[in-house]
Amino acid sequence: MSEAQNFKYIGRNTIRPDGFDKVTGRANYGADLTLPGMLWGKILRSPHAHANIKRLDTSKAEALAGVHAVATFADFSAVGDEAIEGGEGSSTLLDLARNILARDKVLYHGHAVVAIAAKTAAIAEQALALVEIDYEILTPVLDVRTAMAADAPLLHNDLYTQNGADKATTPSNVAARHEFKMGDVAAGFAAAEIIVEREFYTPTAHQGYIEPHACTVRFDKDGQSMVWCSTQGHFDVRASTARLLGMELGKLKVIASEIGGGFGGKTTVYLEPVALILSRKSGRPVKMVMNRDEVFKATGPGSASRSWIKLGAKKDGTITAMQGSLAYEAGAFKGSPVMMGCMTAFTPYAVPNMLIEGFDVVVNKAKVAAYRAPGAPQAEFAVEMLVNELALKLGRDPIDLRLQNAAKEGTQTIYGPKLKRVGLVECLEAARDSKHYQQALAANQGRGVAAGFWFNVGGQSSVTINMNPDGTGTIVEGSPDIGGSRASMQMMAAEALGIAPALLKPIIGDTENVAFSAGTGGSRTTFATGMAVIEAAEDVVRQMKQRAASMWNVTAEQVDWVDGVAVNTAGEDRLSLASICAGADRTGGQISGRGNINARGAGPSFAVHVCDVAVDQETGKVDIVRYTAVQDAGKAIHPAYVEGQFQGGAVQGIGWALNEEYVYGASGLLENAGFLDYRIPVASDLPMIDAIIVEVPNNFHPYGVRGVGESGIIPPLAAVGYAVENAIGAAVTDLPLSPPRVLQLVQDRG
Amino acid sequence: MAKLHISTSINGEATEFLCEPHATLLDVLRNDLQLTGTKEGCGSGDCGACSVTVDGRLTCACLVLGVEAQGREIGTIEGVGSSDKLSVIQEKFLEHAALQCGICTPGLIVSTQALLQQNPDPSEEQARYFLAGNLCRCTGYDKIIRAVLDAAATLRAEQQGAA
Amino acid sequence: MARVCFSSAQQQLTGVAECDIAAADYRQLLGAIAQRFPRLDMAELQKMAIAIDGEIIHEPLLESLAEHSEVHFLHFIAGG
Repeated sequence: MSEAQNFKYIGRNTIRPDGFDKVTGRANYGADLTLPGMLWGKILRSPHAHANIKRLDTSKAEALAGVHAVATFADFSAVGDEAIEGGEGSSTLLDLARNILARDKVLYHGHAVVAIAAKTAAIAEQALALVEIDYEILTPVLDVRTAMAADAPLLHNDLYTQNGADKATTPSNVAARHEFKMGDVAAGFAAAEIIVEREFYTPTAHQGYIEPHACTVRFDKDGQSMVWCSTQGHFDVRASTARLLGMELGKLKVIASEIGGGFGGKTTVYLEPVALILSRKSGRPVKMVMNRDEVFKATGPGSASRSWIKLGAKKDGTITAMQGSLAYEAGAFKGSPVMMGCMTAFTPYAVPNMLIEGFDVVVNKAKVAAYRAPGAPQAEFAVEMLVNELALKLGRDPIDLRLQNAAKEGTQTIYGPKLKRVGLVECLEAARDSKHYQQALAANQGRGVAAGFWFNVGGQSSVTINMNPDGTGTIVEGSPDIGGSRASMQMMAAEALGIAPALLKPIIGDTENVAFSAGTGGSRTTFATGMAVIEAAEDVVRQMKQRAASMWNVTAEQVDWVDGVAVNTAGEDRLSLASICAGADRTGGQISGRGNINARGAGPSFAVHVCDVAVDQETGKVDIVRYTAVQDAGKAIHPAYVEGQFQGGAVQGIGWALNEEYVYGASGLLENAGFLDYRIPVASDLPMIDAIIVEVPNNFHPYGVRGVGESGIIPPLAAVGYAVENAIGAAVTDLPLSPPRVLQLVQDRG
Repeated sequence: MAKLHISTSINGEATEFLCEPHATLLDVLRNDLQLTGTKEGCGSGDCGACSVTVDGRLTCACLVLGVEAQGREIGTIEGVGSSDKLSVIQEKFLEHAALQCGICTPGLIVSTQALLQQNPDPSEEQARYFLAGNLCRCTGYDKIIRAVLDAAATLRAEQQGAA
Repeated sequence: MARVCFSSAQQQLTGVAECDIAAADYRQLLGAIAQRFPRLDMAELQKMAIAIDGEIIHEPLLESLAEHSEVHFLHFIAGG
């Protein structure tokens, strides 16, 4: 693609096509479907963090009037130990099944053990109280340090550390050790004139979507079944559920409801297979909806991490070496995103000598799920804090120091390839030139700057565009719309067809009326599904040209397509899209276009944030006074929704930095499983978030799109963290910077 | 447990329903009356997704029992705007891209309507504090606050035009 | 000749950080690697994504290689 394309529709802030339904309450989310004769399913969860199940007796519950079905792990008869693709890392089908319903052991507070379907939710809950379980309570392991100790209680007796190509022979809580290196760090540190190093901690944090997990399912006697659920990827729900239940894919239809937030947390299954088992056993439709307590205890969260990072630099600011060690909590089953932490940590920097190792560690907490740029925020927090310290010690402006060492096209990454064209330098320059950065700080205020890198991904997307006789059309895509992506699909199709966006209606097809599409995640939808939309639209145009050519007795090559009109280059003829559609019945039948792709060439999106805080040194309360989020979108299809991604990512990161953390008692019970005590940011906590869109096109996408969903959550941890450090003059190592912790730092500083 | 017969008014329409004594107004609205525009995010009054009005007063439907609706006027998202025209608040939410996933949107619109009835000219800070009970995880609130302030200004201009 | 670069973990089995292999496409490349480095777990390798000259490709089965392509094997990257 060329650098400067002239767009007719791309880059405008249109009204989203699903907007009316969403502001009137008509849009149907996961919990909004009711079927005739439907039962309610409820789950009995573990009251312990770590225990063996010695006896499980559901007979009294089954005997209760109004109870129709009971499910336990024994119902997963088809489960073997095959690997499956989930939202993050690798997981096995057996682990997935054991997370959905415990087998012989409960591994965290809130781990599901038994599910019951009854005529009403109240009866189902009554029945749960009649289930008898004898537990043998075991010592919980709640932190990577205890989990990695030689004498740590083991969660799994059959988990052996995979270290590169080697596998350990004694079991451990460490599932894997990863290592990435390039150059010679020892030589790099020897050449350094200044070295900074520190240990950091980030807590368990939840994605915090407002809509709890929910589904309504029906298992029919003829084997044709239906799942309605809130998910980021209904094809993935179909794959996991079908394999857990031993069903053919063609017999399971999954319909993606509107989705009330996910942030990675809705890329796996919890309720759907259980509800389908209950429906199969009872012969009735079953609805299951989690409450908020269950969401916090048994879904998500993002990994807690401990890290050590060391940087070396010359006095002139050249960074000569970067080294680190990361340990991430995976929760009850292996598969933390620590490898992606290793791959992203140092990538904003062009430094020849790098070495990083990462440990994937199981602990007695809920199995982690992907959370927006999974693995990156924890690692990049640590690195960015130290880059700021380096700038301070060298007497350099933190943006200037980053510009000196910034990764750019051709920079060798630690994970292998050299970077293609990226926009980090442009983001740093935009941050430096922002009004915010020019503004001076007041007393008790501090400023932090941080960069963030995320790969972005491509993957499979399928789209069909069906034209109507009046020249309108339907775009059928397979990517759940979690933040306004229907608007971008509509605009990209309009641009490629040359007709007004409002003539096209984008819908999310179920697993039967559109071909396989990977989930909405990895910042991939506008990029990859957008490419499929463009391909489908180009297919429509190709057919339009053929139809016009056959009317004019010329070849298709002699027909141009200009602003939605076929033009005969060999004459004066013109045929609009609408007139070709109107006459399509006489030229070969109505036209539909297809775009089924496995998108490659996803372009990384770099972000740079600037944060000013005011710290009340008597209470430890931190206020965000100014905040600017700069990010490379490649090309912003719908700028307002792109800004929204930057702002939303920034605020999630601010919450992670300032308040959000899982609080556990000594026995491993989660003490703050609710929005009152797990405090996500509210409107009165925040100022406006200035968003600056940088556009360095990704040449692999026809319109230059990179994808913007994830990078925005990476910089806030260090931007806020270092702003606090700067304000109070004491080193920050642990998040969140809640008032008691900040007060402690102020007091320890003296 | 015998169900209780309740007579109430929902969005100006006389409505009767039977409900268990322990059922919340939210359960009744969603499960018995199929008014699913009111959302459940927490069930404990912490997220505001189920914001409704009871006799004009903003409240969380999950904190009110169904039986408490007896003789009251209940207002829900389904009563905002008319079937052929959105309200100014709804329009401004769309114009400002003040929603991403949209699950918090019905609650926020009901709350914004309550805010602007009490205070037609809120400052940014007043809007932020009034809406602090409505959690949004997607937007970072920036565009929501802009939509609310723009809706307030538009409504004031309309009022002046009418006067 | 394509230049193949191995990760730290792969180097445990290949003994070299990189090597030049004559291959016109991905399938030829895999065949040549299997012959030259019998200790590498080919099933694992086939599950990995690759980067050809910096472009990350998750499903490389049908990819062709240019005269001096630089190839890296990567673990599948999933987002959130």
